[in-house]
Amino acid sequence: MFPETVDILNALVLMTNFVFVPALAYGSQLALGALGVTLVFGILRFANFSHGDLMAFGTTMVILGTWALQANGINAGPLPTALIAFVPAIIVTAIAAIVIDRTVFTFYRKRRSAPVVLVIASVGVMFMLSAIVRFIMGTDDRRFTDGERFLISARDFREMTGLDEGLAIQTTQALTVVVAIVTVTILFIFLRRSRTGKAMRAYSDNEDLALLSGINPDRVVLITWIIAATLATIAGALYGLDKGFRPFTYLQLLLPIFAAAIVGGIGQPIGAVVGGYIVAFSEVMLTYAYKRFLGHLLPENLAPDGLVQLLGTDYKFAVSFIILVVVLLIRPTGIFRGAVIK
Amino acid sequence: MTDATIDRAPPTQAEETETPVHAIVERRTSPWRAPIAFAFMGAALIATGMFQSPAVALTILNMSLVSALMAMGLNLQWGYAGLFNAGVMGFAALGGVSVVIVSHPPVMEAWSVGGRGLGLSLLIVLAIVATIVFLRSATRGRLRSFLIFATVVAGYFALRPVFGGAVGAIESVDPARTGFIGGLGLPVVFSWLAGGVVAAAVAWIIGKVALGLRTDYLAIATLGISEIVVFVLKNEDWLARGVKNVTGLPRPVPYEIELQQEAWFADLVERVYAGPLAAISDPAARESAKSQFITEFSGYFVDIAYAGLFTIVLLIILALCVRALNSPWGRMMRAIRDNEEAAAAMGKDVTRRHLQTFILGSAIIGIAGAMMTTLDGQFTPGTYNPLRFTFLIWVMVIVGGSGNNLGAVLGGFLIWFTWVQAEPAGSFIVAQITANMDPTTDLYQHLQDIAAPFRLFVMGFVLLVFLRFSPKGILPEKVRHS
Repeated sequence: MFPETVDILNALVLMTNFVFVPALAYGSQLALGALGVTLVFGILRFANFSHGDLMAFGTTMVILGTWALQANGINAGPLPTALIAFVPAIIVTAIAAIVIDRTVFTFYRKRRSAPVVLVIASVGVMFMLSAIVRFIMGTDDRRFTDGERFLISARDFREMTGLDEGLAIQTTQALTVVVAIVTVTILFIFLRRSRTGKAMRAYSDNEDLALLSGINPDRVVLITWIIAATLATIAGALYGLDKGFRPFTYLQLLLPIFAAAIVGGIGQPIGAVVGGYIVAFSEVMLTYAYKRFLGHLLPENLAPDGLVQLLGTDYKFAVSFIILVVVLLIRPTGIFRGAVIK
Repeated sequence: MTDATIDRAPPTQAEETETPVHAIVERRTSPWRAPIAFAFMGAALIATGMFQSPAVALTILNMSLVSALMAMGLNLQWGYAGLFNAGVMGFAALGGVSVVIVSHPPVMEAWSVGGRGLGLSLLIVLAIVATIVFLRSATRGRLRSFLIFATVVAGYFALRPVFGGAVGAIESVDPARTGFIGGLGLPVVFSWLAGGVVAAAVAWIIGKVALGLRTDYLAIATLGISEIVVFVLKNEDWLARGVKNVTGLPRPVPYEIELQQEAWFADLVERVYAGPLAAISDPAARESAKSQFITEFSGYFVDIAYAGLFTIVLLIILALCVRALNSPWGRMMRAIRDNEEAAAAMGKDVTRRHLQTFILGSAIIGIAGAMMTTLDGQFTPGTYNPLRFTFLIWVMVIVGGSGNNLGAVLGGFLIWFTWVQAEPAGSFIVAQITANMDPTTDLYQHLQDIAAPFRLFVMGFVLLVFLRFSPKGILPEKVRHS
């Protein structure tokens, strides 16, 4: 009556292939995006609606860089060429973010306008950035990944292990997770150890006290934008490598990113990371059809007829908002006791 | 707005000149400002009619009337009460689906195969809600959380087979043409009212959940909820066919074909086109010209009829909003907006007033959404996107003048006009740039594609410029000092 070991292994491989790996990659992308939103909120104290389009802008720069490198015959071997293009793209995006801050946000910050005015201004920036991205890239689908497609392909895995189920890990998925871990580690060491990072955390906790201690607010804001632009470029480009680049998806991505930041506790970097994975795993797990998974584990006469899917795949994006609403109702500060947006 | 300054440093002398969006207007604006602005808008529409075509001008006019109504709804929420509703799209879509529910003839076959299942599903949902309401009052603490959670899970598994079966049966009824339950088959004008009611009901639920939160949270929550509303409408095919769209919705105005047969309409055309007709001497040529004019004018007549209906709705709601704003209620709303703590200390129930305004504003947006779907004659959930349906309405309110109803109307007209005309303007600019270029190059091909997003650029630019240099908008809020 009990399932055999091979069935359990098959079920585990199936879950890893269709739930764990995709959710881990998607969660890493969300975590990086949510980190940017949460940093801007912590330091500049407004919800930046233009972050999604900043990600699209950064990705555009990565794509342009990739094309330029490919045209000159440079590539990164088995890895996507885009990895080399990250560096110039981050520089350009950071400059763009600083220019936007100087031309738009600085004015309201100096006047100490209400945060909501900054939110409306970020809507204006969102419009203009999304237009600029479409000016450069058009509105079509763009795939810009190259190099090896798979780290392990389903067939190799099956031949290697002799199991029925295959496990495929795409290079972009593995790359996403590795880059995310490296980026987050560097960011956390920076925030914990460096003088500037400590200054940023102090500024975020208590602005007046930080100013009295001689922290230069302009420098803090500048560094924040550079980090936010870096994170946006990396998150956007990883998402684009994984799922293809379409300008309008980045506005849709804004919603799960906000959800991740709020679920984790807005203003808390660690919360943004955890929130990203929570949102991603919930989305994938709630919309996954468990028919085959249960088919492996249950005896044949109990095997389910339906798809055993909790929610239609179309409701993927809705899941993050159900989480958001539940968190708002039960614990508005999020998991890590972030600031309540006032 | 004061909360914002509490958790930041107290402003120094130099910084006290801050002008938030809702600053009290000390400097008087000319009483001629509104008439001049509207005259300018009218002239722009007439110029469109003369230089482009009357059809374009009438289309812009009708959508401007709808946009003005949406802007008025949002103005009620933002301008009166300072509530950041980023879910305009959701309420407009709810208004749109109301048109299908009210005016589409019912699909009897679908009801006969799935009606029982739907009814049973409704009963199950009501039972779940009733149980939760009961548990909320009868139990407390961890037990309560656990029991509510258990009810939801059990209810889900009870609902799933019943509802799934009904939906499957309904969607398989002639899926190419219907595959949904249809509506009530009532005259379409009722659906405008229904759109308002549905939007108000949903706003009540959302408001209960989200209004305790302050501005940014409310914005994110409403943005998310509006996405969910549109996702549901896109995917619940049994309700309104989802992305397969419902076309051929009934109209409140006559059809062009019918008009062309009517004798009185021919007389009307003769009178309207008296000049051009008199200029043609040959009787045969005059007859053929007349029949051409009849075809042409029937289209205009339909648009004008819509414009007439929309104007009536707009004027009624405008009158109500203006009265509300100038009444003691409006004064209370402004007091709450400008200083919540002080108003609460004076005994005003801030949360209730916020909920009330949120519901009223959403109802207006729902009515406008229903009108828009009626004008299109079809319900297409795939076309709702937040840039066009939420943030564009925001630009209208900010540019027009938040807190001023006429400002919202003007913003609706001006921004819709700009939104429509920005695309031809973009094409024109591209044509100028590429005039001397080789049409076979990639750059030329690429430049042809940038005309469409040009309107996004213009909108962002207009919003930022107004927010910075004229944050009170074209027609600022009027504040009377007694």
